[in-house]
Amino acid sequence: MAEVIEQGVKMKGLKEPLFSKKNIQILRDPLDDNNPITVQVLGICSALAVTVQMKPALILSLGVIFVTSFSNLIISLMRKAIPTRVRIIVQLVVVAMLVTIVDLVLKGYMFDVSKKLSVFVGLIITNCIIMGRLEAFALGNKPWKSFLDGLGSGAGYGLILLVVAAFREIFGSGTIFGMQVVPQIFYDWGYTNNGLMMLPPSALFLIGGYIWWQRSRNTKLVDIS
Amino acid sequence: MHSNRYTFLFAIGLSVITAMVLVVISEGLKPLQEANVALDKKKNILQSVRIYETEREAVENAYDKSVEELVIDSEGEILTNEVVSNIEMKNEVAKTPAERKMPLYVYTKEDGKKCYIIPMQGVGLWGPIWGYISLESDFNTVYGAYFDHKTETPGLGAEISERFFQDRFTAKKIMDGQTFVSVNVIKSSAKVEYSDEHRVDAISGGTITSDGVDEMIDNCVKPYLTYFKKIAGASPQLSLKGN
Repeated sequence: MAEVIEQGVKMKGLKEPLFSKKNIQILRDPLDDNNPITVQVLGICSALAVTVQMKPALILSLGVIFVTSFSNLIISLMRKAIPTRVRIIVQLVVVAMLVTIVDLVLKGYMFDVSKKLSVFVGLIITNCIIMGRLEAFALGNKPWKSFLDGLGSGAGYGLILLVVAAFREIFGSGTIFGMQVVPQIFYDWGYTNNGLMMLPPSALFLIGGYIWWQRSRNTKLVDIS
Repeated sequence: MHSNRYTFLFAIGLSVITAMVLVVISEGLKPLQEANVALDKKKNILQSVRIYETEREAVENAYDKSVEELVIDSEGEILTNEVVSNIEMKNEVAKTPAERKMPLYVYTKEDGKKCYIIPMQGVGLWGPIWGYISLESDFNTVYGAYFDHKTETPGLGAEISERFFQDRFTAKKIMDGQTFVSVNVIKSSAKVEYSDEHRVDAISGGTITSDGVDEMIDNCVKPYLTYFKKIAGASPQLSLKGN
């Protein structure tokens, strides 16, 4: 689809507005129709690991959004200069640099969060979504479009993380962003937090449930796989 | 296809540029990061005497007001020319007890009673674990404990950094009469010769980490006993000068 867009623009010979319909589409696609987690089934690992609470999930999502959008932008800017034989290594170097920046900034400004996320920040490097988008999109598209695609993919990832984290935090700890939302009276009546929600497998069930809900609503997805 | 020469130059150029970007950012953020690490340490020390402050100001205040730092050796002498912040625990625990320089934190409670906080360092399953254990002024009863880890498995070994595990140590005893038996981290069904006040339930599925904690307490607390005996025998008014 990407090539078609680029050719289409060339044929018209017109300068495309920054937020043309197609660009908005690039940004919106990964949120639903082409969601990296629920449709492409990438980046599941970190979605299981950091979704016990909303706060780390949000921070990690922001980290991934930053890395996907800027790595897409940088690679797209260099796409004609990158020697094809070393392109994967070049991509890795750029991604690793951006991830290290995220890690350093977190250590400097949000030490507690950085402690909680520990290895997962470093593991952004191996998040399949990032390399996937670089290979599939940034190498063949213009910088602005690539940037939007990265932004969208990161946001699509973040969306799932936050939905899963919201369920897990409410049912697992009775809180949202650390604030009590399940009233004390429920506990007095005998309600207890669900311990399963604190464990990684619950995220798998929730993502499964999300995919079910998404496919029952969006018929376009049903015959893809 | 690009030539080999171009490929090499491109790779070298890219590496140099990324390295420079990272050096600038890393150096720029270093002071902030070091301040965070120092604050975190103070926070953890306070957690071992069951003070759970999170705000920067509150931690600094509580620490400055009630914690004294000193360094001793295994003979029980206070090394007045050593500063706690210069001591790298990782290097010290690798030495034999006789050669160690051992930091000790003395916490004064609201009611004037003292707690002695011993820093600990050991190994878990995947990497280092560390912590602080505080003893009441009888040098026997555990007042509180704090553990942390670098890379233990979340949900298993990593549970040592959770309150529920650390709370198990409170009121345990390290001495049986005059002999040191430590607080042993062991599964509840295991049969052992010492009584319940010397044992703490280990974490299911985190056996190697639990064993690491067990060993760490044993290894790190024992060398302090000489000093404790010394000050227990001396006059109770003996003041402890920190650096």
